[in-house]
Amino acid sequence: MIHVGALADIPVGEAIRVEADVPIAVFRVDDGADGAVYAIDDTCTHQRASLSDGWLDGCMVECPLHATCFDLRTGLPDGPPAKVPVRTHQVVVMDGMIYLKLAEHSGEPEVEVA
Amino acid sequence: MIGSVTVVGASLAGLSTARALRAQGYQGRLTVVGAEHHSPYDRPPLSKEYLAGTLDRAELDLLTPEDDALAADWLLGRTASGLDTEERAVVLDDGERLVSDAVVIATGARARQLPGPALAGVHTVRTVDDATALRAELVPGARLVLIGGGFIGAEIASTASDLGVDVVVVEAMGVPLAGPLGTEIGQACAALHAEHGVRLITGVPVQRVLGADRSAGRVRAVQLADGRELPADVVVVGIGAAPCVEWLAGSGLAVDTVSGGVRTDAYCATEVPGVVAVGDCASAYRRCAGGPTRLEHWTNALKHPAAAAATLLGAPAATSADHEVPYFWSDQYGARLQFAGHRLPGDQVEVIEGDVDAGNFLAVYRRGGEPVAVFAMNRPKPFVRWRRELASRATAAA
Repeated sequence: MIHVGALADIPVGEAIRVEADVPIAVFRVDDGADGAVYAIDDTCTHQRASLSDGWLDGCMVECPLHATCFDLRTGLPDGPPAKVPVRTHQVVVMDGMIYLKLAEHSGEPEVEVA
Repeated sequence: MIGSVTVVGASLAGLSTARALRAQGYQGRLTVVGAEHHSPYDRPPLSKEYLAGTLDRAELDLLTPEDDALAADWLLGRTASGLDTEERAVVLDDGERLVSDAVVIATGARARQLPGPALAGVHTVRTVDDATALRAELVPGARLVLIGGGFIGAEIASTASDLGVDVVVVEAMGVPLAGPLGTEIGQACAALHAEHGVRLITGVPVQRVLGADRSAGRVRAVQLADGRELPADVVVVGIGAAPCVEWLAGSGLAVDTVSGGVRTDAYCATEVPGVVAVGDCASAYRRCAGGPTRLEHWTNALKHPAAAAATLLGAPAATSADHEVPYFWSDQYGARLQFAGHRLPGDQVEVIEGDVDAGNFLAVYRRGGEPVAVFAMNRPKPFVRWRRELASRATAAA
């Protein structure tokens, strides 16, 4: 598991970028309570842009470059130009600290080998 | 209810209109005509990642498996040569007439060329074939002269310089990008060239391009108006684009005298019922500009077609063009430039965040004290907020 930092360090409605094997975006979403935490790959699947710089609206983040929205829960894009989902990562909040379990596979559909 | 639509133009605007028609419930026949042999592909990477070789041809494709549901007849490699508005017939170059209930004009724009004979080694970049041909010549040590210091010129200069090419950019105006961005911000962008070892010559027009055999053969130099000769193995002409509207001559459709685009209202409707125009070839009324404006922005080609589809289907007005704040971006020398809004000469520009010399700042343009546009270099997060702020102001004013 990757130690991200203290929950209190991410204001509700904000995001941070974490440098792992690939950059990860960690969001604290306004859920009317404590702020639910989600983590996805930070780089847009369309072109080079950092999703932690994007506009957060509920559980959707809008890419700052071409405005495709990704669902933080599923990684799915809402429409063009992005065609491929971003990977979503498991978040664990323990004793006020945020930890990540990184997904193993890329968001791209796996190629079947005949 | 219309039962057949012909879309003329198979790039982003044409494809987006086809998608919008289906998304809004259109179930009739759909024909898409494209002058290029390629199915729809993305053009912005042609001066950047594709030219650099870091993005391959397949990644440019815009069609996804879901687009099979468009059930469109793709007529690729076919050029429209006329429009008979009375019959709503699109006439193709081989004489075939495609008669339908509605026509979408999405023919885009083409790169402007320099006058004079064509020389080997002189390129423009508009199509994937153009970019592929240029890429083959950008070998380390080659001498490249870029005519025009606009966005396409600056992006190609940046890509070529990364490939080890010796690059010179020639800009006729005193400051590159002063037209779209104003002098101050244009200056800040121009500084990127020198910082990355690319020579920029400003304020001198190009006289002519010289061939090995004076006016023929392969290019050997670019001659400036002051007599200087810049040796060149490769030349790229990046002096803007012109809308592809010649085929509409005699159709009776109004073409905007200033921009050359097909005149439409804010919802893409031309003066002829059942005929709409979208993307680079259209000059749509926009409230933010107070008149018809032709935009060559990728975002305009992506978003505006929803309004065109609604117009053809007689649906309640979808988001009109003037609710969308014009937006474009550019990547040069590792810097991300973003602009949103509508700038006019005389607008006051102020850097409100960051540091111009550090290449990381955000500037706001104001008119009569009111913000009308925003520019950011390497500041995407606050830029997104400003872009939204401008859009909500535009909506409130509507």
